[in-house]
Amino acid sequence: MLNSSVARLSALLAARKISSVELTSAFLERIRSLNPVLNAFISVDEEASLGQARAADAVIASGEAQPLTGIPIAQKDIFCTRGRLTTCGSRMLSNFVSPYDAHVIERFDAAGAVNIGKTNMDEFAMGSSNETSYFGPVKNPWDVAAVPGGSSGGSACSVAARMAPAATGTDTGGSIRQPAALCGISGLKPTYGMVSRYGMIAFASSLDQGGPMAKTAEDLALMLNVMAGFDARDSTSLQREPEDYARDLEKPLAGLRIGLPKEYFVKEVDRDVARAVEAALGEYRRLGATAVEVSLPATRLSVPVYYVLAPAEASSNLSRFDGVRYGYRAPAYADLDDMYRKTRAQGFGAEVQRRILIGTYVLSQGYYDAYYLQAQRLRRLIAQDFVEAFRQCDLIMGPTSPTVAFDLGERSSDPVQMYLSDAYTIAANLAGLPAMSIPVGFGQGSRPVGLHIIGNYFAEARMLNAAHRYQQATDWHLRVPQACPDGAPGTRE
Amino acid sequence: MRAVQWEIVVGLEVHVQLSTCSKIFSGASTAFGAAPNTAACAVDLALPGVLPVLNRGAVERAIRLGLAVGGRIRSPSVFARKNYFYPDLPKGYQISQYELPIVEGGSVAIRSGEVDRVIRLVRAHLEEDAGKSLHEDFHGMTGIDLNRAGTPLLEVVSEPDMRSSAEAVSYARTLHALVRWIGICDGNMQEGSFRCDANVSVRPAGSDRLGTRCEIKNLNSFRFLEKAIDYEAGRQMEVLEDGGKILQQTRLYDPDRNETRAMRSKEDAQDYRYFPDPDLLPLEIGEDWIAQVRRDLPELPQQMRQRLERDHGLSAYDAAALTADREMAQYYEAVVARLPDDPKLCANWVMGEVSAHLNGVGKSFDGCPLSPAQLARLLGRIRDDTLSGRMAKDVFGRMWAQAGDDPVAWKDRKEQAGEDLADRIIESQGLRQVSDEGELEGWIDAVIAANARSVEEFRAGKEKAFNALVGQVMKVARGKANPARVNELLKKKLTG
Repeated sequence: MLNSSVARLSALLAARKISSVELTSAFLERIRSLNPVLNAFISVDEEASLGQARAADAVIASGEAQPLTGIPIAQKDIFCTRGRLTTCGSRMLSNFVSPYDAHVIERFDAAGAVNIGKTNMDEFAMGSSNETSYFGPVKNPWDVAAVPGGSSGGSACSVAARMAPAATGTDTGGSIRQPAALCGISGLKPTYGMVSRYGMIAFASSLDQGGPMAKTAEDLALMLNVMAGFDARDSTSLQREPEDYARDLEKPLAGLRIGLPKEYFVKEVDRDVARAVEAALGEYRRLGATAVEVSLPATRLSVPVYYVLAPAEASSNLSRFDGVRYGYRAPAYADLDDMYRKTRAQGFGAEVQRRILIGTYVLSQGYYDAYYLQAQRLRRLIAQDFVEAFRQCDLIMGPTSPTVAFDLGERSSDPVQMYLSDAYTIAANLAGLPAMSIPVGFGQGSRPVGLHIIGNYFAEARMLNAAHRYQQATDWHLRVPQACPDGAPGTRE
Repeated sequence: MRAVQWEIVVGLEVHVQLSTCSKIFSGASTAFGAAPNTAACAVDLALPGVLPVLNRGAVERAIRLGLAVGGRIRSPSVFARKNYFYPDLPKGYQISQYELPIVEGGSVAIRSGEVDRVIRLVRAHLEEDAGKSLHEDFHGMTGIDLNRAGTPLLEVVSEPDMRSSAEAVSYARTLHALVRWIGICDGNMQEGSFRCDANVSVRPAGSDRLGTRCEIKNLNSFRFLEKAIDYEAGRQMEVLEDGGKILQQTRLYDPDRNETRAMRSKEDAQDYRYFPDPDLLPLEIGEDWIAQVRRDLPELPQQMRQRLERDHGLSAYDAAALTADREMAQYYEAVVARLPDDPKLCANWVMGEVSAHLNGVGKSFDGCPLSPAQLARLLGRIRDDTLSGRMAKDVFGRMWAQAGDDPVAWKDRKEQAGEDLADRIIESQGLRQVSDEGELEGWIDAVIAANARSVEEFRAGKEKAFNALVGQVMKVARGKANPARVNELLKKKLTG
């Protein structure tokens, strides 16, 4: 049951082979046994989850079930959840109980899903290793000495370790795809504007996008069907006809043109990662796809552009955490300025403070043109590269991350090295394009490798189709980490 | 006497609170006077994860002002974040328009004393208001009320085109009348719906270079605006005459002491780190929307003033007074529509008797218990000699007393019932004026007989005595004699 896909569980529930209460209890039991080691969840409310499960069972009994009714879903602790702790991985919100639900939470509630718990994350989604969380690092279930990636590390870990069949994540520069790759699961960042940001605590508004994380592409499609949709409360939400993202899953891949950016296959990529990605591309050729070389020359600017724009927006977005109305406030202070200073110095961790400082600097008088405006110009160039590339291909593929999961502590003292973890994923955020990662094998230390798939705007169904067909032909996505006691044995080379 | 002739230079920044029901970026109510923090929703409180959504009504009102002042409606305009920390600024930034405002240029024609002037506008931009900090009543702590946070404002920025406090007040009054006229602001200055900041500098007369300016904040009455500018200009002249320099400062006016005090100087001006708000897309306004707003725009006071002078033959003074208030102008138009032959009579009564009675009970023209039709019927009775002017005032007083009981203002009545109110009062009180020659002669003869001395004096050339005799006739007639006919007949009798 724990290893089953969402699609399979949905069928079992519909056939009344299992109940949502049984299913939920099993995952809660799993969380109880594994979370003390893996630290994937910040808060779990068993009673609330079981209450939702009972309600779901009643809905199923009445014949009104939707595909996700009764399915436990782990929610990243960045989504405001009414009456529940919503911390964003920060001391600043360590006591914050949200009075309202994020759009995404409303959607899952309306679909009858069960919220199995709120997952750990890098503080305010700033990080690539989950080491910046106020609630401690998450461990990689494939190797507890390794990081799970970030910032949606808790979500990725929870799915990989079978503590939840699926989870939500958010992705500002790779925060869904990189941890999905490092934990050996599938994750999708949709086109910017597809999933409402209302109630999703902002990091960098023009880049943030919520999306699903699961074991299979099919499950991602079922999740996206719930998450995507117009929301008038988000001015950047796109008004589009609803679509079924699972509609094209089975389409054959014959004729699919895969663009391989020459800039992505360079010596910065570890050999083990390159090997697994090339094997996956071989599989795609066998499935009927053809490869074409494309060029994304401005892509090398992605990391510097991102580390100007994202901190700039973050420095302003995080100003509301001032100790005045909610959240953490320093216990002792002399006056108003001192209250601000102490509250923010104590409430935010080092990485968040670093980015607020960078962002404040690049927006300052005299530096704005050279940093912020210049970065905006380059952002348009990066997006333009993709427009050119998609004239020659349907999907772009490459490695999600240049390396497999690194060790805990290995990069935490070297921010630049850490920032380079996202070198391949950031461009999609800057361009607003949909992108995903699927597991395609293992590299050094038997740690998972992810294949990065970038699509054109609104090409989610096509991307999921390509990912699904690959998963029909391979079994990387079915491997279970050995650290998981009652899972099937993982593959170790 | 001052050694140097100084010229005062003033530019105004006026915060016009737009009359939308809900806030500029949230659905919370903008109603004034709610209990603290009850008219603030999750967006106004800046809870984690909330997002702004622009209120279409606020944009429409900004377009209305832009068209009314002949400015350009910019598309796209861009909302930016102005970043600073203050406890009543919940997000840590104010959403405002910085480089690309919704309205650019335009002008306002003013009349100051006998001089017509045109004040040019730089821009008008949309922004949100902050909350309020309450420093009293909290025992050394500060209370925060966020009801006002997110209230829509249109900041109207003028060029430094005014040359005296009187011109500044005249501009502010004209703009105040205009924003009420076009229905974008209730104009309530006590509640802060119309707040002025004045940029004041002085320079030697004849100079074409601007002096260093000081900005005086938050002037919430025309009187304070005038006094603050006068004080500040005088202060600057003294500093300069003493060989000092003006520091560019933000100053606060203290009405109790009638002085301005420095709040902060340019040196400690904050870096607001403006940048485009990524939560709001650039605001595109289509030509068709602008055209629609233009069609719905009422005749503007300036245009109406000219029309009343030209077509109604009213004096410049009357036309200006009637168009100072749109409700009064509409009332006047409704009266004159029923009495097109005598606009002057209508104007006099609207500005005089009706206005005075409304002031007495603190009501506006829209809330007037007497309808324009009822007033027109009364004025018709002056025109057809049924009533003298004095008797008409008497009848009006009785009409007011009767209609005053009706809680429904004329504008809200479904039918104009009781249009003949004046006639019914004239009938029931027997107030019809007497113009019959025989009846008048009877009274006149009696008065002449009883006032031999006055008659004597009149014949000796004392004009005053004639007025006394007329008064006597009116007294005998208990006010009902037609005064024009009395004059005429009495003169004939005395001189004939």
